[in-house]
Amino acid sequence: MRFLLRRALFYLVTAWAAITINFLLPRMLPGDPVQAMIARFQGRLSTDAIASLYVLFGLDTQTSMFSQYVTYWGNLFKGDLGLSFTYFPTPVSEVISQSLPWTLSLMGVTTVISFVLGTMIGVYAGWRRGSWIDSLLPIATFFSAIPYFWLGLIAISVFAVTWGAFPAAGGYEPGLIPGFDWEFISSALYYAVLPALTVIISSIAGWILGMRNMMVTVSSEDYVTVAHAKGLPERRVMLGYAARNAVLPSISGFALSLGFIVGGTLLVEMVFSYPGIGYVLFTGVNAKDYPLMQGIFLIITLAVLLANLIADVVYLLLDPRTRKA
Amino acid sequence: MKSALNGKTMAGLAIMGFFVLIAIVGSWLAPYDPSAMSSDIMEPPSGAHWFGTTQTGQDIFSQVMVGTRGVLIVGLVAGAIATALSVLIGVTAGFLGGVADEFLSALSNIFLVVPALPLIIIVTSFLPDAGDFLIAFVISATGWAWGARILRAQTLSLRQRDYVEAARATGERTWRLIVFEVMPNLTAIIASSFVGTVIFAVLSVITLSFIGVASVSNWNWGTILFWAQNAQALAQGAWWWFIPAGLCIALLGTALALINFGIDEYMNPRLRTSIGGKVKMRVGFTPVLRQEGGRS
Amino acid sequence: MTPVLEIRDLSVDYGQGAGAVHAVSSVNLVLNRGEVLGLAGESGSGKSTLAYAMTRLLPPPGLITGGEVLHHGRDKEPVDVLGLTARQLRSFRWNDIAIVFQGAMNSLNPVSTVASQLDDIYRAHRPEMSRGQRSKRSAELLRLVGISADRLGAYPHQLSGGMRQRVMIAMALALDPEIIIMDEPTTALDVVMQRQILEQMMRLREELGFSVLFITHDISLLVEFSDRIAIMYAGRIVEQAASEDMYRSSAHPYSKGLLGSFPALHGPRRPLTGIPGSPPDMRTVPSGCPFHPRCPSAFDACEREIPVLEKLSGTNGDSSRSVACWLNTPSLSGHPGVGAT
Repeated sequence: MRFLLRRALFYLVTAWAAITINFLLPRMLPGDPVQAMIARFQGRLSTDAIASLYVLFGLDTQTSMFSQYVTYWGNLFKGDLGLSFTYFPTPVSEVISQSLPWTLSLMGVTTVISFVLGTMIGVYAGWRRGSWIDSLLPIATFFSAIPYFWLGLIAISVFAVTWGAFPAAGGYEPGLIPGFDWEFISSALYYAVLPALTVIISSIAGWILGMRNMMVTVSSEDYVTVAHAKGLPERRVMLGYAARNAVLPSISGFALSLGFIVGGTLLVEMVFSYPGIGYVLFTGVNAKDYPLMQGIFLIITLAVLLANLIADVVYLLLDPRTRKA
Repeated sequence: MKSALNGKTMAGLAIMGFFVLIAIVGSWLAPYDPSAMSSDIMEPPSGAHWFGTTQTGQDIFSQVMVGTRGVLIVGLVAGAIATALSVLIGVTAGFLGGVADEFLSALSNIFLVVPALPLIIIVTSFLPDAGDFLIAFVISATGWAWGARILRAQTLSLRQRDYVEAARATGERTWRLIVFEVMPNLTAIIASSFVGTVIFAVLSVITLSFIGVASVSNWNWGTILFWAQNAQALAQGAWWWFIPAGLCIALLGTALALINFGIDEYMNPRLRTSIGGKVKMRVGFTPVLRQEGGRS
Repeated sequence: MTPVLEIRDLSVDYGQGAGAVHAVSSVNLVLNRGEVLGLAGESGSGKSTLAYAMTRLLPPPGLITGGEVLHHGRDKEPVDVLGLTARQLRSFRWNDIAIVFQGAMNSLNPVSTVASQLDDIYRAHRPEMSRGQRSKRSAELLRLVGISADRLGAYPHQLSGGMRQRVMIAMALALDPEIIIMDEPTTALDVVMQRQILEQMMRLREELGFSVLFITHDISLLVEFSDRIAIMYAGRIVEQAASEDMYRSSAHPYSKGLLGSFPALHGPRRPLTGIPGSPPDMRTVPSGCPFHPRCPSAFDACEREIPVLEKLSGTNGDSSRSVACWLNTPSLSGHPGVGAT
């Protein structure tokens, strides 16, 4: 339990750091985002909106940095992330809550599939070192070096434009009303195939390579030799002794890979105009919609921290050594 | 280091060297001005335009050639800064231990967990004019933590080795200990973390250009893809507009990954893919190869 | 005495082709039923390689390049372990030969309990056993090595080093094997624990009647606990004798040196001498007798020809004493230039 408490404390500190960075960014960096925005909206902003913008970015010189910080936290706890300018006057929190489910389901499903599949292939490749699977490693390396979004572009041009088997953009059939009915869900699944495949193919190589190397390392541990000496079936040695131990660093390394996968998935959403957070971020970036970008960064960070906490719990369940009282 | 130069490393270095060469001489060798428009609009690859042309008649081959420099500058500069940071923070943390270590480790863990790409995107878009060096700096500010973490662990284990303890006992100064006793043993790890950061930086800068956060008038491979995407090159079937730049990215990434595999295998020989010889090795069942007479 | 395991001309290489290292060269060794055979040598002498090779557990790039390992089972025809298929080998392992490994720290799977690691053995070899029988047997085994049965649910990290080694011994006994190989079973433990465990092992041997191949670098332990001792140097057996004889009158200069490097446990104190130099790099083994550069009595024949393991001259009746040293060939010592082998 102490392990989990320590981790939870660490994530709280990290969340605080991310929120504080978010607070400081517009206040520390040069340039005047509000002026840029006023220019962009050419008089369509009310004086109230302009004033609230200055408050949001801490450019109103009347209040001290500290009281701005307190106000910022107060707003956060109320779920107030400011107003979006691309979707003016919709609050940022509302824009995010509409797109978040898309991203979470796309990213959740693809990450799990890619982790499980990649780990399984890696287990086998590491166990049968020197077999034909090793010849796939250079190909895996090549795929892991391709940016996610470029693979997405290729997928669109092959499967959507040339072949026409899958839609090139969007999250569901235009005209359908989102809801929990079969027509909508099947359409959403159909639209998700290409983005999901893109993410899986781009990210799986990393898991394969990492797991293979761990398997090779673990295979020479004494307890694996003992398992062989005991005359256990090979499957049992491979899974129960070697893979069972080799997967532990993979899970604790999950945290490090997650940030990268998130970045890649956001890009894939942009390419596919998938109605998730990545696409919203893309529109926000193009429109210099700072409140929206900042809100998205915050939500993504919190989601990643939560995923990390889950990975820690899984680790705790898998490694008895961390369960020490 | 001789055995680190195995086949993979050599292949990686060769590809990398090729790109470095293009980065240096590319802008002179490019047949056209990458921004110059012409009347050859959306032409597929031909003798005059090896990689075809864009919607405004720009030569894509020249864009790729000229764009190599930006990618490599950002990648190498960011890699160098981030590696310097990770050596500074990781080695210090590992060597000092105690509260300083706790603090520096927590700092690097925070930077590891916070998703880097969204942060880079936001920081860059706040900057009024994001040139190559500024972007390299932002990327290295978020990309140092991974190397710092590995270097800290390695320093920690080196610190306890006999020869370091012995040097410490003779009263050598801390900085001398770090520079002369610890650092030489971290060379391979530092090299591998540098290469890893370059991969990260290259992918990041291309992504930034692709989504249009970085200045789109600076040519790099990401910028090419940005214009291709904006012009709906995909829907128009202009595959030549986005294939060359993408392949260059993948090739450069593969080259860097190969260099890193070489370093990994140098540090941990068990990872080598080929064991050599004609007998199939299998863990737990030592092969029997009777040389005279009998058969296995 | 009947043999239970016979190693004939066993050779082991690391790697293949020109860069191959000959870790074990033409070793002949017999383990008799019910005896404790000690195998000693410095690290790198090939003693552990030999043990791993005869059970075919040697990791890549290890490779057996010749020889036979004959197992003489009770009421069975002798089988060559090196000729078994993977399936036969699995069933042979632990049923007939169990191993107590070096470094108990890492020999147990850190993520599963003692009970489940014992269960794995029964499931693989005695599928007919019921759950109740399995846990009864496991509890009985732990009692045999002096651990209370409630530790069955413990994970390895919850046990002390000595307990872990006892658990390994309990595991080795699980299927009542005829042979137990102990590879440096006590190096990681303190001296008191070392004695306790070895004494217990010998009691169990009296009780259960298995044979032991005891591998260690600590020849003083062998003198005390084994019936016969074989000494390895640079991948070859250089001397074999009954423990008593080895202790009192070893014939090979290397054995003498090895015996001189450990304090005697009993009897009069003698000065510790040690052996000058260090074991050879197996990639560049010296010509002739590999020990000659460190040997105080080397003469010119030693540099040219490798001495073969032969009966010790002057001990007509005693067939168990043999040595590989040119000093043992009276006609040769002092008369250089005569080829052997």
